[in-house]
Amino acid sequence: MDKLLEQIKKGTVWAFPGGIHPPQQKSLSNSASITRLPLPDKLIVALKQHIGANGKLLVEKGQHVLKGQPLTEPAANWSVPVHAPSSGVVTDIAPMPSAHPSALPELSVIIEPDGKDEWVALNKNKNPAELSHDELINIIHQAGISGMGGAGFPTYVKADTKQPIDFLIVNAVECEPYITADDVLMREHAKEVIQGIEIMQQLLNPTLCIVGIEDNKPEAIAAMKQAAEHNSKIIIQTVPTIYPSGGEKQLIKLLTNREVPSIGIPADIGILVHNTGTLFAVQQAVYEGKPLIERIVTVTGNTIHKPGNVWALLGTEIKHLLDCQGFSPVPQQSVVMGGPMMGFTLPTVRIGIVKTTNCILAPDHKELAEPGPEKACIRCSACADACPASLLPQQLQWFAKSKEYDKLQEHNLFDCIECGACAYVCPSEIPLVQYYRIAKVEIKEQQADKIKADRAKERFDARKERLEREQEERQNRHKRKPAAKSADEKQKVAEALARVKNKSDNGDEKSAVAAAIARAKAKKQEGEELEPDNSEVAKERALRKEQARKYKEQKSQTDESAETTPVDDKKSAVAAAIARAKAKKAAQALDNAEQAASEEPQNDAPVDDKKSAVAAAIARAKAKKAAQALDNAEQTASEVPQSDAPDDDKKAAVAAAIARAKAKKAAQALDNAEQATSEEPQSDAPVDDKKAAVAAAIARAKAKKAAKALEEAEQTASEVPQSDAPVDDKKAAVAAAIARAKAKKAAKSLEDAEQTVSEAPQSDTPADAKKAAVAAAIARAKAKKAAKALEDTEQTQPQELQVDSAAPKSAESNTDDSSNSTEADKPKSADDKKKAAVAAAIARAKAKKLQKEGNNQS
Amino acid sequence: MTLFYALIAIGSLALIFGLILGFAAIRFRVEGNPIVEQIDTILPQTQCGQCGYPGCRPYAEAIANGDEINKCPPGGESTMKKLAGLMGVDEKPLAGGEQAEPVKTVAYIREDECIGCTKCIQACPVDAILGATRQMHTVLIDECTGCDLCVEPCPVDCIDMLPVAETKQNWKWQLDAIPVTQID
Repeated sequence: MDKLLEQIKKGTVWAFPGGIHPPQQKSLSNSASITRLPLPDKLIVALKQHIGANGKLLVEKGQHVLKGQPLTEPAANWSVPVHAPSSGVVTDIAPMPSAHPSALPELSVIIEPDGKDEWVALNKNKNPAELSHDELINIIHQAGISGMGGAGFPTYVKADTKQPIDFLIVNAVECEPYITADDVLMREHAKEVIQGIEIMQQLLNPTLCIVGIEDNKPEAIAAMKQAAEHNSKIIIQTVPTIYPSGGEKQLIKLLTNREVPSIGIPADIGILVHNTGTLFAVQQAVYEGKPLIERIVTVTGNTIHKPGNVWALLGTEIKHLLDCQGFSPVPQQSVVMGGPMMGFTLPTVRIGIVKTTNCILAPDHKELAEPGPEKACIRCSACADACPASLLPQQLQWFAKSKEYDKLQEHNLFDCIECGACAYVCPSEIPLVQYYRIAKVEIKEQQADKIKADRAKERFDARKERLEREQEERQNRHKRKPAAKSADEKQKVAEALARVKNKSDNGDEKSAVAAAIARAKAKKQEGEELEPDNSEVAKERALRKEQARKYKEQKSQTDESAETTPVDDKKSAVAAAIARAKAKKAAQALDNAEQAASEEPQNDAPVDDKKSAVAAAIARAKAKKAAQALDNAEQTASEVPQSDAPDDDKKAAVAAAIARAKAKKAAQALDNAEQATSEEPQSDAPVDDKKAAVAAAIARAKAKKAAKALEEAEQTASEVPQSDAPVDDKKAAVAAAIARAKAKKAAKSLEDAEQTVSEAPQSDTPADAKKAAVAAAIARAKAKKAAKALEDTEQTQPQELQVDSAAPKSAESNTDDSSNSTEADKPKSADDKKKAAVAAAIARAKAKKLQKEGNNQS
Repeated sequence: MTLFYALIAIGSLALIFGLILGFAAIRFRVEGNPIVEQIDTILPQTQCGQCGYPGCRPYAEAIANGDEINKCPPGGESTMKKLAGLMGVDEKPLAGGEQAEPVKTVAYIREDECIGCTKCIQACPVDAILGATRQMHTVLIDECTGCDLCVEPCPVDCIDMLPVAETKQNWKWQLDAIPVTQID
């Protein structure tokens, strides 16, 4: 590094490969001093004049703006503002042809100057050394400064480089023929340029600043050397005149013998390059507070009368520049923006100049002839000799023509700086650079397409996956019904097992319980056919029950009792099987009976009331019989399980669990059954009042029976765990809790049943008073029965529950009272059926409440 | 005796290599056909079905099984050439005589006319159409592959396939264009 510094300070200049020596033609325009153009009648300020994003518009159509007033504000990254070049009125904001070979429209602000050229308030800084880094960056950013050499890279981004900078290089080479904008700028404003360099030094703190100037600008070199005398960190280096020494990478090689990596920026090797014009703009922004609104443009060519450099406001139409300098176009006149090597022919001269416009060239046919027809490549390799980037232009050309883009990239096409040296030396007049430009766009497009294709594939796959998932879900929905049924069957088996295991041998009550369970089961099947989707309700209920169980568990952890009777496993299994079979049979019978009961009255309805009543009676009888059969089955079953209890603690626990499940199921089934029954009477109502009443009665009866059975089931359940108690205290407690929860549920189901019953008579209301009376009577009967069932439950409950027996008794008496009150309502009901029904419902509700209370107490 | 030794030596060598190969065949087994993946990456992934297969991957599989390589109109000639290079077959003109470089298009819904039937949404293979029942639909231009599949199902014919707008980024120098200058 020290050696390199020494060499640089000695004035050593290295060389880059290739390069050409086109005719200079600079004397055309560099003799005259910079002139100022008269105000144009229209300024077309494109919003985007740099690499990066548009700013956000700040003005609107018709608004008056002052000179230097920002028209946009930076929005996204790499976005720099543009400013009003003169005071005037915004006449339009519209897409206008842009300064690009395609002249594709770009959103522009069109300003009509008012001629006053009135500045906005400027914020001048006499001593920038006092400003902080961020303040300076902000000033540069807000002044809208971007690289004025050609690429238009936002200067504030470069100036804010975080990498350590060894060398700050000032590009004052201006190697393209014709262009003298930087030359005259340095001649006339060397001091300002040096001040701009010093601001950059303050920002970047480089080891050394090297100003590279071609040796064809002796006046500029002299002026700069004089201006930079006071600063030892600025070196004015003279470089030989060779095109393209002004290329960033070439200049770095020339001045520091360093090479920028293929895919990299100069900052990677500790170097930053700024253009002279940019540094002058920075000085103006910091010292004078002036944003970038004008630049020096070389207007030259043989068709221009007064070739020279002018201060042109950004947005001035090129036509205005040409007119002011005297323009006599030749036939087929072409006007080039930029130099003859890298510039492009403008499709129209109605384009406003932008921050990167350094030259307007209006040549005649002699000095810049239209290229002749392309001839075949003779493989002379002159292009390879001229290439400053050490590429193989000839190879690239072949690949570009055959669209072998992979090979182009292998041959480092993207290192091509499009300087045009190869095309300049080509004896076959092959427009090599054009081929490369097209190939570059194609490759970029392909890369973009590839990214897009990957995204499309991703989205397509995601969509496919989604569709498959949806289809699967649909199929599952269809499958769920049969699956649930098979699960039900399994549960049925489990229920039977539980029943077998949990029964104790004190017959009659137990048998009633079993019958109830069987009935409930049967009903459940019925109900399931009616509405298959009650699994969710069941789930909810299970949750609630579990909560209740937990609560009870805490409460009754001290509960324990009962004894054990050991028998043997095989016997019990056989008994269980028998019991299961019996239970099934009974359940089926019950089903039939109930179906008959519910169907018969409906069918007979129009025939005869009496008949229907008879039918109902028959149905009821059948149901009873079935229930009895079930009872018997369960009695047998109940004998076995008790003997199992002492055998194995676990078994008992399992049995308890099964019993619980059964109870749950029974409750659920009851619900369903009641729904079903409630539907039936309602549909019957308009046919025949009596019939309907009978049907309702049947339904009610069924519901009642189920409720009672349930209660009894719970009694058994509560007894079983008690027998296990000595084996395991905790288990017993759990079992007790479960039993209690079950009882609660039964009560609830009873409630539901009664609701249905109450609905049935209501639907009958149009019929007659008698019916209502009947309904009321039924309700009363039900209430009584429920109360009795409760009593039974409590009686069967073990010793510790005897303490609570007073409560259920009182509940019983209350229930009786309520039924009495219902009786009292009877005469009234003759007047008003509805009232009677309501009364009955109230009575029922009361009974329920009491019952519930009793349960809770127990 | 020498013959015996030679036989043993050769036989044991054969056995060893056989074992190595057998092990390698199991250990380094390649699942699926890797060429399908390569073909799939070359295809433009428009999922348009113009090749007669329901998407790009099925066509890639078909090519791997010996189908023609010139059935992809959205890919154009460049895709066909790449496929020819990959599969080691001769290049051939695109089936149906499509232009070598297809014009890239994107779907555009005339939103005033859209009745919100969601049919185009169901047809879009890349979920690039946004909308809901009886709500106006619109196309996500950046995601649209220009596959045309949404045009057919539209009951009110409110979908146009518009060429992708030219910008400075995708603009290409015209080599054969005569430079025309407007002087006024």
